[in-house]
Amino acid sequence: MVEDMSNATISKTTGGSRQSDSVVRVNLSSDSQSNSGKPQNEMIMQSVDLQVHYGDFLAVRDVNLTIHKGEITALIGPSGCGKSTIIRCFNRMNDLIPTAKVGGKVFYKGIDLYGPEANAGEVRRRIGMVFQKPNPFPKSIYDNVAFGPRVNGKPTKAETDELVESSLKRAALWEEVKDRLKQSAFSLSGGQQQRLCIARALAVNPDVLLMDEPCSALDPIATARIEDLMAEIKSEYPIVIVTHNMQQAARVSDRTAFFNTEIGANATRPTGVLVEYDTTRKIFANPSDTRTEQYISGRMG
Amino acid sequence: MIVATSGVLVTTGVVVALVRPTFDFFRAVSVTEFLGTTAWFPLYEPPDFGVWPLVIGTFSVMLVAVIIAVPGGLAIAFYLNQYASDRVRRNLKPILEILAGVPTVVFGFFAINFVGPNIAAKIWVFSDVGFYSALSAGITVGLMILPMMTTLAEDAMAAVPRALIEGSYALGATKRETCTGVIFPAALSGIIAAGVIAMSRAIGETTIVLLAAGSTANFSFDIGQPMQTMSSFIGFAGLGDQPTGSTGYQTIFAVGSLLFVITFLLNMLSRRIVSKFREVYE
Amino acid sequence: MSSVVSAQPVATDLHDTTSRSRKNLDKLFLGGLWIFTLLAIITLVTLVGTTLLKGYSRLNLSLITNFPSPFPEDAGIQAAIFGSIWVVVTSGLVSLFIAMGTAIYLEEFADQGSRFNKLITINIQTLAGVPSIVFGILGLAFVARGWLGWGFTVGTASAVLTMMVLPVMIVSAREALKAVPSSLREGAYALGATRWQTIVKQVVPSAIPGIATGSILGVSRALGESAPLILLGALAYVSSNPAGFDSDYTVLPLVILKYTQEAQEEFQAVGAAAIIVLLVLLIALNMIAIVIRDKSRKSW
Repeated sequence: MVEDMSNATISKTTGGSRQSDSVVRVNLSSDSQSNSGKPQNEMIMQSVDLQVHYGDFLAVRDVNLTIHKGEITALIGPSGCGKSTIIRCFNRMNDLIPTAKVGGKVFYKGIDLYGPEANAGEVRRRIGMVFQKPNPFPKSIYDNVAFGPRVNGKPTKAETDELVESSLKRAALWEEVKDRLKQSAFSLSGGQQQRLCIARALAVNPDVLLMDEPCSALDPIATARIEDLMAEIKSEYPIVIVTHNMQQAARVSDRTAFFNTEIGANATRPTGVLVEYDTTRKIFANPSDTRTEQYISGRMG
Repeated sequence: MIVATSGVLVTTGVVVALVRPTFDFFRAVSVTEFLGTTAWFPLYEPPDFGVWPLVIGTFSVMLVAVIIAVPGGLAIAFYLNQYASDRVRRNLKPILEILAGVPTVVFGFFAINFVGPNIAAKIWVFSDVGFYSALSAGITVGLMILPMMTTLAEDAMAAVPRALIEGSYALGATKRETCTGVIFPAALSGIIAAGVIAMSRAIGETTIVLLAAGSTANFSFDIGQPMQTMSSFIGFAGLGDQPTGSTGYQTIFAVGSLLFVITFLLNMLSRRIVSKFREVYE
Repeated sequence: MSSVVSAQPVATDLHDTTSRSRKNLDKLFLGGLWIFTLLAIITLVTLVGTTLLKGYSRLNLSLITNFPSPFPEDAGIQAAIFGSIWVVVTSGLVSLFIAMGTAIYLEEFADQGSRFNKLITINIQTLAGVPSIVFGILGLAFVARGWLGWGFTVGTASAVLTMMVLPVMIVSAREALKAVPSSLREGAYALGATRWQTIVKQVVPSAIPGIATGSILGVSRALGESAPLILLGALAYVSSNPAGFDSDYTVLPLVILKYTQEAQEEFQAVGAAAIIVLLVLLIALNMIAIVIRDKSRKSW
């Protein structure tokens, strides 16, 4: 099956064509069934041959993705296939792990995140992250949201007040907390805490929002609220979300990347690979790779 | 079983040991004189029993020690926690452990032979510093408790959930901002408890102070002067043989009671702080 | 298939946009951390250096073989060395015995949540916070004078040091017993062993390395203690080795104290040399502890 590569870019790997079944398919061409005629959204981030080693262990390899404005991109797959590892490459959080080595490239608006021109702090400000378990600081609600702006600049009290209010509004939390901004963040419920963390991330005005299984610690109602929130803000903040919940991926995302594990020739532990990356409709309705199909039907059938 | 109760016995023993002679002491010496006057010459003829010089001496030495040990311990702990590479950590920790294991009498020697003449005398501009000074003792005590404070502070910092720290970096904060803005507040109860323990240790230190601060119970706030603390007085009195039952003998117990009460209260305080302000991350 | 870069609009870059003052604060902070770290290192270096400088001239065999003398060249610390050995070994053994009993009782027999258990734990914690001189007062009141009336002897010193070292010993013995995997105990029970047999034959032996390391740490502490012994007559001019538990005695830290108080430089040198001996002993003890710990790790 030859793929049309018109709009996507693929790395220049080890020469030769890559036609085997285990190869990444990045099919984002305009004549795919779901996207007929519609122009592509502008690409904002791209990974090229991204791979991560923890010491000698190759955790995930050959990840070629593109992230587009106005969209939600979901990373799905079984445990241990490297989805979290990959998303953490997008804001250089893997720098914090001494044994982690990132290979390949990640581009943000054309600039290599790991290149000499990029500063890690600035990267993280532009590319925000929300974590699996809500992790508010032991401070007041106000101070949590204000933390990012305060370290990244010297806003006046008025500016901070404004930022806090607008961020909380964007995270759909303002109405619930506006009368108790000075209370501890821990007085909020789990779902509220997670929206607080979203507000906190939005307060520094990022260009992309990364979410690593943001709803896995929440009950279904809180989850639904966050999914609604995501749909609301995606036009302003493109989102990349890692999720174990396939229904969620199918519900909220515009594109989906399916990861799987495989054991390499000389390896003892499975390495994650990107198997298929396409529009969500295609992945779920008519996946190109059998492995994708097995995973989807196994989990949803 | 019998053997296990001996642990309990000791604490009660301390209290019992102190109570009776203290009682006797206060029959001979009025509480007003003890707490109200400011001359401490209990072993002279005629004796004076105003305890304030000892209290001021104790807190002067403690203050100097804490000024060195608490920021120092925090600094080294931050360094180990967020900045140091594995290689540095592997070399630095043994150094701290060794320093922690040095007997106090060796620190006393260090105070007299190095800290006193080279440091205390040189940096104290407010008065002439002689051979003995509270400053010299305070600096040395501070250096002695530095490793302990570092370890306790580091334990408190290590208990901060990693998710919080990652959350901070994910917002673009620098290491410094993460340390001061997130780790410090999150570890605060443990850090305060550590500080209180350091204070308590400094208050109770005997040998270093005995060697470095002299045996003059000066009623003065000038730390360049020799001073006597509650602990060093007890040591001093013990060196000279006091006949059992004499007022001199009982003075040891009276001052000892005061010392025990102060450190006991501090330790209780430290435990209250930990349990009351312990951050709950759930 | 154009390359990535040219297809994208030229972006705002990811250069470091942090302000000068923010970066300066970062540097200032790190500088402060370094200063204190260096302070700790320099302290250790200077301390050892000063000691060596002052003491090396007096480091010869006569230091260890001689007894105190008004002449610094002849002054030796043999009495102190033997005094230390007597006192430290005695208190080490006694407190080990008591600690083992307490720990075994607390870990193996007592109801873990019982009030008595908690009471003991709190007591142990409190003891650890008591200044060492207060133990001296305790010893003065009950052991030297008062009840036991042993006077200023080896026995008195041992008793007091035992009390001081006991909390550390109990805690480390409990930890060592806790660390024994329950599978070991269960295996023994499954073979029909009684509780007592299990403890004696299985649990304790496998906890021995942990207990040994803890004991050595306790003993190290006892070796370096000075404050309580000041009150218990250890500073007396002692010119012979202890002959029994009722002998006069002195210990290394106390002779160091005595010589350090002397004005004469030559006596300072004796004190410094004694410090070197003390430190060598402590280092030797700690090396033994490290070896035990490493060997036991391997056997698991």
